[in-house]
Amino acid sequence: MHSIPGRRLIMALFLIFLLLPIYWLVNMSFKTNAEIVSTMTLWPHTPTLQHYKRIFTDESWYSGYIHSLEYVVLNTIISIAVALPAAYAFSRYRFLGDKHLFFWLLSNRMAPAAVYALPFFNLYSAIGLFDTPWAVALAHCIFNVPLAVWILEGFVSGVPREIDETAFLDGYSFPRFFVKILIPLIASGIGVAAFFCFMFSWVELLLARTLTSVQAKPIAAIMTRTVSAAGMDWGLLAAAGVLTIIPGALVIWFVRNYIARGFALGRV
Amino acid sequence: MDKTVNQKAWFLVLPVFAVVAFSAILPLMTVVNYSMQDTFGNNQFFWNGVGWFKELLDPSTDLGGRFLASLGRNLFFSAVILAIEVPLGIVVALSMPREGWSVAACLVILALPLLIPWNVVGTIWQIFGRPDIGLMGYVLNAMGIDYNYVSNDIDAWVTVIVMDVWHWTSLVALLCYAGLKSIPDAYYQAAQIDGASRWAVFRAIQLPKMNRVLLIAVLLRFMDSFMIYTEPFVVTGGGPGNSTTFISIELVKIALGQFDLGKAAALSLVYNLIILIVCWVFYTVMTNAGTERKPQEGAA
Repeated sequence: MHSIPGRRLIMALFLIFLLLPIYWLVNMSFKTNAEIVSTMTLWPHTPTLQHYKRIFTDESWYSGYIHSLEYVVLNTIISIAVALPAAYAFSRYRFLGDKHLFFWLLSNRMAPAAVYALPFFNLYSAIGLFDTPWAVALAHCIFNVPLAVWILEGFVSGVPREIDETAFLDGYSFPRFFVKILIPLIASGIGVAAFFCFMFSWVELLLARTLTSVQAKPIAAIMTRTVSAAGMDWGLLAAAGVLTIIPGALVIWFVRNYIARGFALGRV
Repeated sequence: MDKTVNQKAWFLVLPVFAVVAFSAILPLMTVVNYSMQDTFGNNQFFWNGVGWFKELLDPSTDLGGRFLASLGRNLFFSAVILAIEVPLGIVVALSMPREGWSVAACLVILALPLLIPWNVVGTIWQIFGRPDIGLMGYVLNAMGIDYNYVSNDIDAWVTVIVMDVWHWTSLVALLCYAGLKSIPDAYYQAAQIDGASRWAVFRAIQLPKMNRVLLIAVLLRFMDSFMIYTEPFVVTGGGPGNSTTFISIELVKIALGQFDLGKAAALSLVYNLIILIVCWVFYTVMTNAGTERKPQEGAA
């Protein structure tokens, strides 16, 4: 009953709309540059793996993927670790300034990265973290930590309070209760929060590019190198683009059963 | 459910507070500092008071003109985005298959654009829209439509909007789908017994249940479109001319391009203030919606 007439057609059209540009990118990544520029072909007539080969063998290319994954993973771990206790506090207790604090956190999720690009550059240069994955991981905390708190708070609130009380009556200390009882109960929530931290850290470029130069340069910034004196290396650009889609696609596949609830931030 | 008052809870929030304060308050203080000064390079700064702010809010100056023009463009962009993505997202959510493997398949494909790095989204559309090597640009031109997003303002706008619809409608759809999933079957059965029309079911059952998630969707979409940077920057670079220069692009141009720190800082603060106000309005509406719903939640 919760569907509308012609739903199959609408869904099909929308999915085609989503997939068409991606198909074109994949298609281009298997073509030679000569074929890309000279003809308009719907599939590669002389398929080639040269672009992928170049990325996997040239260190300046594949190290970009490693750098990106480094700061994304660091950021996800930091965000979840600090957000868990806070989510519990916001969900269970009332304390001085709790509502203001929550709003302040939320407002940081909305802060434009462009505002912070330059001050972050100064800050991380001053403390010697510039051009390390730590700088980007910490910088991305500004929007990921509030988001993680927000999502986890929704999931913690879904756990009945009687469980806490019973555990404390049974003589569980707070840390032990947290690790042994609460965390397993909201495991799916942690998964969802981690997914979102991964997602927003993975897709962000402005801060990641501003805070790195050589040692920690993310793949997204390296991609801009395909413009050279000989013109645009379209095939290589397309191949690099396809490879950035794959980690996201893998992560989605693992959390597909929680996606819907996750996107409602644990609040449905 | 009443929460107990416990000031010790602050210890649990302290790590979050420390991390976010480190990356929010410290840099913001630098911005405030810069916004009151002028620099001629060499790290020499001169006190400028509220001069930059005066200039910023005065459309007759260069800075003010650029700010207000980009603010206008950005508000128009956000309005168009919301007007397209919210209804389309609801329709897509209502069109989701009910069960079976196709549900998972649809969810994964829907979520796919959300996980693509923003500059790659830009790259995809930059390529897709090019008249010489892109499928969309080629087909449009073959159909006799003179489409070129590099030289034509309207084409550039259409490209940026279609790109954003491609990129983010799924978020609205997934949120609405989550809202729809939470409606118990009994509601629909009751509606069927009452002989409610399709439209009545939507108005009386589905829309109210999606209320809260829709609010989140509108908030996230407004905020993210209001600070959009990477995608239009990659596709159009803010051009042709300045026609797709949104506030963030203008800001980065001033701060990192011209190194006009004072102007950039003043712009940042005003920009942040606008976002803070909008955020506060949404937050108030959202928490009010939450308290009104409380009795229902208890019953369910």
